[in-house]
Amino acid sequence: MKEYDVIVVGAGHAGAEAALAAARLGGDTLALTVDLDNIALMACNPAIGGPAKSQIVREIDALGGEMAKNIDRSFIQLRMLNTGKGPAVRSLRAQADKKSYSLNMKRVLEEEENLNIRQGIVTELLVGDGVVKGVKLKTGIEFYGKKIILTTGTFLKGSIIIGDHSFNSGPHHQFPANALSEHLEELGFELRRFKTGTSPRVDKRTIDFSQLIKQPGSEGDISFSFTELSSTQLKEQVPCWLVRTNEKTHQIIRDNIDLSPLYAGDIEGEGPRYCPSIEDKVMKYPEKERHQIFVEPEGEYIFEMYLSGFSTCLPESIQVKMLHSLPGFEEAKIIRPGYAIEYDCVNPLQLKPTLETKVIKGLYTAGQINGTSGYEEAGAQGLIAGINAMRQLQGEEAVILKRSEAYIGVLIDDLVTKGTNEPYRMLTSRAEYRLVLRQDNADLRLTPLGYQLGLITEKRYQKFKAKKEAIEQEKQRLKNYKIYPEDEVQSYLRKVDSTEISRDDTLGRLLRRPELNYEKLAGLDKERADLAPEVIKQVEIQLKYEGYIKKQLKQIEKKKELEEQQIPEEIDYEQIEGLSAEALEKLKKVEPISVGQASRIAGVTPADISLLVVYLQKLKREVTKENQHE
Amino acid sequence: MYFKDTIAAISTAVGEGGIGIVRVSGAEAISIVDQIFKAYAKPKQNLKEVAAYTAHYGHIIEPEIEQVVDEVICLVMKAPKTYTQEDIVEIHCHGGSVPLRKILSLVLDMGARLAEPGEFSKRAFLNGRIDLSQAEAIMDVITSKTEAGLQVAMDQLEGGLSKQIEDIRSKLLTLLANLEASIDFPEDEIEGFSFAEVEERLSEVLESVEDLLATSKKGRIIKEGIQTAIVGRPNVGKSSLLNALLRENRAIVTEIPGTTRDVIEEVINIQGIPLKIMDTAGIREAEDEVEKIGVARSQKFLQKADLVLLVLDANLGVTEEDREVMDLAADKDTIVVLNKIDLESNLDVETLKKELATERVIEVSATEEIGINDLEELISELVFAGQVEANDQTLVTSLRHQEALEAAYEYLLTVQETLAQDLPADFLTIDLKAALEELGKITGDTVGEDIIDQIFADFCLGK
Repeated sequence: MKEYDVIVVGAGHAGAEAALAAARLGGDTLALTVDLDNIALMACNPAIGGPAKSQIVREIDALGGEMAKNIDRSFIQLRMLNTGKGPAVRSLRAQADKKSYSLNMKRVLEEEENLNIRQGIVTELLVGDGVVKGVKLKTGIEFYGKKIILTTGTFLKGSIIIGDHSFNSGPHHQFPANALSEHLEELGFELRRFKTGTSPRVDKRTIDFSQLIKQPGSEGDISFSFTELSSTQLKEQVPCWLVRTNEKTHQIIRDNIDLSPLYAGDIEGEGPRYCPSIEDKVMKYPEKERHQIFVEPEGEYIFEMYLSGFSTCLPESIQVKMLHSLPGFEEAKIIRPGYAIEYDCVNPLQLKPTLETKVIKGLYTAGQINGTSGYEEAGAQGLIAGINAMRQLQGEEAVILKRSEAYIGVLIDDLVTKGTNEPYRMLTSRAEYRLVLRQDNADLRLTPLGYQLGLITEKRYQKFKAKKEAIEQEKQRLKNYKIYPEDEVQSYLRKVDSTEISRDDTLGRLLRRPELNYEKLAGLDKERADLAPEVIKQVEIQLKYEGYIKKQLKQIEKKKELEEQQIPEEIDYEQIEGLSAEALEKLKKVEPISVGQASRIAGVTPADISLLVVYLQKLKREVTKENQHE
Repeated sequence: MYFKDTIAAISTAVGEGGIGIVRVSGAEAISIVDQIFKAYAKPKQNLKEVAAYTAHYGHIIEPEIEQVVDEVICLVMKAPKTYTQEDIVEIHCHGGSVPLRKILSLVLDMGARLAEPGEFSKRAFLNGRIDLSQAEAIMDVITSKTEAGLQVAMDQLEGGLSKQIEDIRSKLLTLLANLEASIDFPEDEIEGFSFAEVEERLSEVLESVEDLLATSKKGRIIKEGIQTAIVGRPNVGKSSLLNALLRENRAIVTEIPGTTRDVIEEVINIQGIPLKIMDTAGIREAEDEVEKIGVARSQKFLQKADLVLLVLDANLGVTEEDREVMDLAADKDTIVVLNKIDLESNLDVETLKKELATERVIEVSATEEIGINDLEELISELVFAGQVEANDQTLVTSLRHQEALEAAYEYLLTVQETLAQDLPADFLTIDLKAALEELGKITGDTVGEDIIDQIFADFCLGK
């Protein structure tokens, strides 16, 4: 009987990363998917990245994941967002060719050694003594595996709703996974019902683009992956378009609102606040006279256009009316209607920070099944689940990223510590240390870990080390480069619209001036070497904002002790006298691994933490004492 | 919570005790106290260089204004042979809440953090000083003190303060949510605040925090002393009263460097309450220059005063001018000092009370030093009216609030600086969040989810 090391159920964005990570770490891996033609399908927006998400994509890349490379292979437009709001929130976003994104990822999976992919619907997990053993497919066949990773996305009891019409379905009208959902509940998982939605797709040839505002891509060499800079100049970028709703659109929505299952009460699932349907926007913000809709191509060679911001589950006939009220869309034809989709997901409080479930040993979950939304959030969890499944198998220490190390750390910590009441999306405002979690330094933060895990090649690591060294050297050089208040210096400073220096200074300090940058200092810098643009960018950011970065590092340092103080798995919270009832209940539920994590649980007060710390010390000293007696 | 910073607390019961102790523990303990301590015998001596387990006699000085706060003995103990196994300095000062609080607040200003309930014992235990059997006792202390503290904190938060802090918090959240929304949703059409708007909102909040800090009377007693105006017509005996108060109490005269003689300030310590007498020079000169200065002068100082001593001449009765001064001081704590009672009096106290509509009339003779003690009693009563510190919890919690408010204030000032430097929006959010976190220490709120909720409450976002 063949036994796989890892079986991944699902091959969406989470599943693909999980399967690749497991296989690349040497695991004999099987990836099962409902439909082999829909690997890494972008079921909603044809885009990857954006604020907080581009940071995640680059973290995935630094840890040896595939998402960044795959979007670099498949993009049709790149846009740098938030360019004026600070380096930490600058974010890259790509429009993807949906089909090529999926095909490219399929090819990567196919080519991966150790990885087998197969079509099939899992109906049951094989479990013995609380440990997962394998999976059973709808067709009756069984596969055995030491570790199982569930990445079921919106397939669990998926239900698509359009107006008063609803039917069981996975995303994009694929087969749903109904039996597995019931089975999970029997195993002891607390399932919850979430809802999300997508917009109608329109035939490009029926849109009058002269009435729309063109949204071109950004210029310059930009890419997601740190491995290669794909040149946008080599590729003709495809534009997106902007159109706005108007009073007529809103009137149609208001007149027909009772036909919306959202308002008729036919949808019970919690929807995301950051991704409201157009009917929600109109009804909840009546004072807003118009809403933006971004018209995005679904691919380079097809005529299908996605209407971002126009997500709806009103009846199809109303969708057509709404669409026709938009300027330029008077004759537009819907080729797929928008819909809402409800699905089951697990309560992430039932997960460990490794993404292994607390309910069944050896079982991991990643992606939308954990209550998140977004391709990037899913990919990140898949990667971590894949890594940790293999690490556990190999008897290695689990990888748990800290909140101060990565957005991925923030994401997983939020999920397993606080849980979520709506589909969770990453936002930069969720990261308390976002100034050090930039997209530009994701490689500096995480490549060493990726290398240590065995997911980054020696060649790439050497290249990374050279870059890091170049950055440090150049920073040091600028910090030591003295300039004096001489005429030549002063007149140069005036020339670049800066102010004179009053005493001896260094180039490193001058770089902090808001009006100056690395390039502008060239005239004062007589020893400048020819450095790679990514090195210069790092030097500039690190020196320019040094004060603020240091402040943040200090905040991290202050919490370090709490974060590093571990809580033994076998702790009995009932033994800690004085804990508030709420704290006791929450601590038992969450099972935090560190005092830091415990301190973030809602309802656990600083006094509770004090008690916990004293209790832990007591345990430790009792153990020492026992050892001494022996 | 953080284990390695330096903590401080008053470690004696606040009340009538003759001696009070402020205890400071942590790596910075000695250098912190060194900044505010001046040894009597060797003013240049650095506490960092003294031997462990030595006592040093001297003064605690408020460094900014070089003003003596109290005479003290500092006990310096060095790690690891101390209660907490960290460096410890104990400042033994005069009992009574005011010097203790003043010294504690100076220590906090220098970088120590106010200790959590039971934190010294907790550290002692964590650092291996206390026997295992006492762990339970320490946990009891943490629980009970916290519960008592919470009770007091709740009591204090009722009655306005909590509403004011909530108000400030919500204004900051609105500001932060605005910045965050445009960062996280760059393509949504958010009506983001303009630079000028951010600036305006920020200074509005800063003002509220300032007000709150200022109106927190207790806080100000510790920090600045009570601004006291002695007013009255010429020759009623203002100067003699001043001298009488000075004679009875150890006065501290400070000449602020680089300023003229006019701003010499005399601080009279009355039952532990520092009274800052405004314009002492003026009081003395006015006695010489008859009729030159009257209501006009009073007016000027009345505005700034916390406490007004209106001096009347018992022989001359009440004039129109006196009534005007009473009106001007209507919203202040005012005491009418009926002077020269050793001479023949034309005024009946009861009639006077009716006439001026006040109960606070004290008969004294400044030159004969009659009634001065009664006056001091009344001042003390007034200052601590209804808020005498009965237990140390009240004190600690109010100080904790003040500490948090002041920290928030500092962060907001930094935001203002960042704004002035024209740095991108993200940099504003760092200290804005820190300020919110400080305020959260008072209200018990955390920042994380609050911001997200506010963003979605304020804006229609997403696509």
